[in-house]
Amino acid sequence: MLLKELTELNGVSGNEDEVREYIKKEALLHATEVKVDSMGNLICYKKGKSSEYKIMLSAHMDEVGFIVTGYKDGVIKFSPIGGIDERILPGARVLVGDKKIPGVIGSKPIHLQDKEERGNNIKLKGMYIDIGADNKEELERLTSPGDYIAFYSKYTEFGDNCIKAKALDDRVGCAMLLEILKESYQFDLYACFTVQEEVGLRGAGVAAYTVNPDLAIVLEGTTCSDVPDVNEHEYSTVMGQGAVLTLMDRTSYPNKKLVEFIYNTARENNIPVQYKKTTTGGNDAGKIQLTRGGVVVASISVPCRYIHSPVSVMSKKDFESCLNLVKKALDKLSGDASLIGSFKD
Amino acid sequence: MDYISILKDICIYPGVSGHEEGLAGYVARMFEKYCSNVEIDKFYSVIGVIKGNSDAGKKVMITAHLDEIGLMVKSIDEKGFVRISNIGGVDSKVLLAQEVVIHGRKDIFGVIGAKPPHLLKPEEVKKAVKMQDLVIDTGLSAEEVKEIVSVGDIVTFKAEPFALQNNKFSSKSLDNRAGVAALIGIMDNLTRLSHDCDVYFAATSQEEVGLRGANIAAYNINPDLAIVIDVCHGEIPGSSKEEAFPLGKGPAIAVGPNLHRRLTKKMIELAKEENIPYQVDVEPGDTGTEAWAVQVSRSGIPTLLVSIPLKYMHTVIETLDIKDIKNTARLVSRFISMIGNEMEDLMCC
Repeated sequence: MLLKELTELNGVSGNEDEVREYIKKEALLHATEVKVDSMGNLICYKKGKSSEYKIMLSAHMDEVGFIVTGYKDGVIKFSPIGGIDERILPGARVLVGDKKIPGVIGSKPIHLQDKEERGNNIKLKGMYIDIGADNKEELERLTSPGDYIAFYSKYTEFGDNCIKAKALDDRVGCAMLLEILKESYQFDLYACFTVQEEVGLRGAGVAAYTVNPDLAIVLEGTTCSDVPDVNEHEYSTVMGQGAVLTLMDRTSYPNKKLVEFIYNTARENNIPVQYKKTTTGGNDAGKIQLTRGGVVVASISVPCRYIHSPVSVMSKKDFESCLNLVKKALDKLSGDASLIGSFKD
Repeated sequence: MDYISILKDICIYPGVSGHEEGLAGYVARMFEKYCSNVEIDKFYSVIGVIKGNSDAGKKVMITAHLDEIGLMVKSIDEKGFVRISNIGGVDSKVLLAQEVVIHGRKDIFGVIGAKPPHLLKPEEVKKAVKMQDLVIDTGLSAEEVKEIVSVGDIVTFKAEPFALQNNKFSSKSLDNRAGVAALIGIMDNLTRLSHDCDVYFAATSQEEVGLRGANIAAYNINPDLAIVIDVCHGEIPGSSKEEAFPLGKGPAIAVGPNLHRRLTKKMIELAKEENIPYQVDVEPGDTGTEAWAVQVSRSGIPTLLVSIPLKYMHTVIETLDIKDIKNTARLVSRFISMIGNEMEDLMCC
């Protein structure tokens, strides 16, 4: 499965090269033209039968991770890149720099913790990465401040059609987008694999400006909080209940008509679909929507439990629902181009 | 001796305290390569014997516990999430976002998920997560989970070993599979060293829940002398010199009331003579190791403790220096070769 390859590549925000190279190779098989812009966005153009409308689909290539900030006592000090829950870090395994040097996030063993330390979370400030170096000189020889650090986690299929991997946010989007690129439509399709989503939706705005689309759909992995000790009304999405449509989040109001159109498409085709029930988080749609004179946007996402962790979990069924829904929606837009213009009215 | 390859094999083999049966069989087969006789006792400790040259040979017992800390299934909720309790000293703080295997009717994979950070109450952000609040997500429905998993099933951590720089090695269960690897190293060394005493190698069970396997093994073997091999805390940023030992500087030889004074002194002298790096671990009372149980077995057994420095003990990223295992095996095998007939004198107080 493409998702295995994609999630085992490292592409911490600002260092998406490895992911881009892989996707570029795949995209070249199907796209009319492939370009990389100055930020590193990969813009794949697929000419339609009529060039009256341009539709942009976007998925971000980057993932959360860390960066080397310096050295202390023979270990690496680091800062997170993107939103990471520091509680999950002690005991994590990582790969440092382009050489992918294995390292571990160490912490004081329970036997040596005093009562207060036992009862409280370990603070990010006190954490470090141990690569087994004997001294600072060796650390400096093997790594440099500014080296990117990614979680280490093997793609694993388990449970009832579930997948565990790192970076499901947003390699699920990348995987769907690569599938879409194989199709041909009436409209011009711009499949944009964007950079730096996790540090402030930096790449997508730039790509949208370049593409100047009539309509954009963001493909994402989104939070899923259907876990114990969370109230049911706090569930943002539920794993296994299908493709997720966003009504509102902290960065955007997706176009109501477009969302309704996609929702109805799902119902017509018996594709499981759900609305995201919380307004937390945000994604590239926020930046795309505000590009130039404004763009009609919507987000279609795969629910991912434990997002931004090395053990993100998703259901293959939800992935299929999402991909199906995007395809069906695009088919409809391809069949009746006047729809594309209608969402603005 | 390829310690890394041995460790990769034995560290990933599940063997939580009280559930060592499979691992004991696995270790027994490793022992059989060197030992004339290998047995698994009632507590699933593995005992292998290498006879000495002398007919009137004394008995030396060398122990290293083979059990590991782990988890046990406590309940399964209506959605199939599995709640757990700990076996041995497990730090709940280091379990979030870890991978596990539940050993039910068959082995199933799971992850310990963390509640999304934006849903945490302010006190949860600061306070460490409690064991009772951790859940395993198996990706299965409640019905499917209940078919495979029962309350009381054992859970082990799933973490691939990581080879780090300079002979450093990181894995789960190095406490105390590192000691078990040292036992095999000693057996291998003894093929090239002459020794008078009979050596009983005991890979013991249930150390993490109260030194039980060693207790039974010491009674059964009834040795003249015991050497316990375990791990001690490795130096980490912020640790004090008294509680932690740097990696790569040799095994720590313990001194204190739990250990036999003259024999310990002899071991330190030997390390000096043979230029084997070592460190001194001052233990004012309970060493927290099997030495504590073995010393007072039957009529009392002169006991020594040699420890391999290990960072991040009781986590899935326990880290050590392979050199320290090698030097532990060198030190203990030389010591066994040296003490022969003079043992009688050494053993008086």
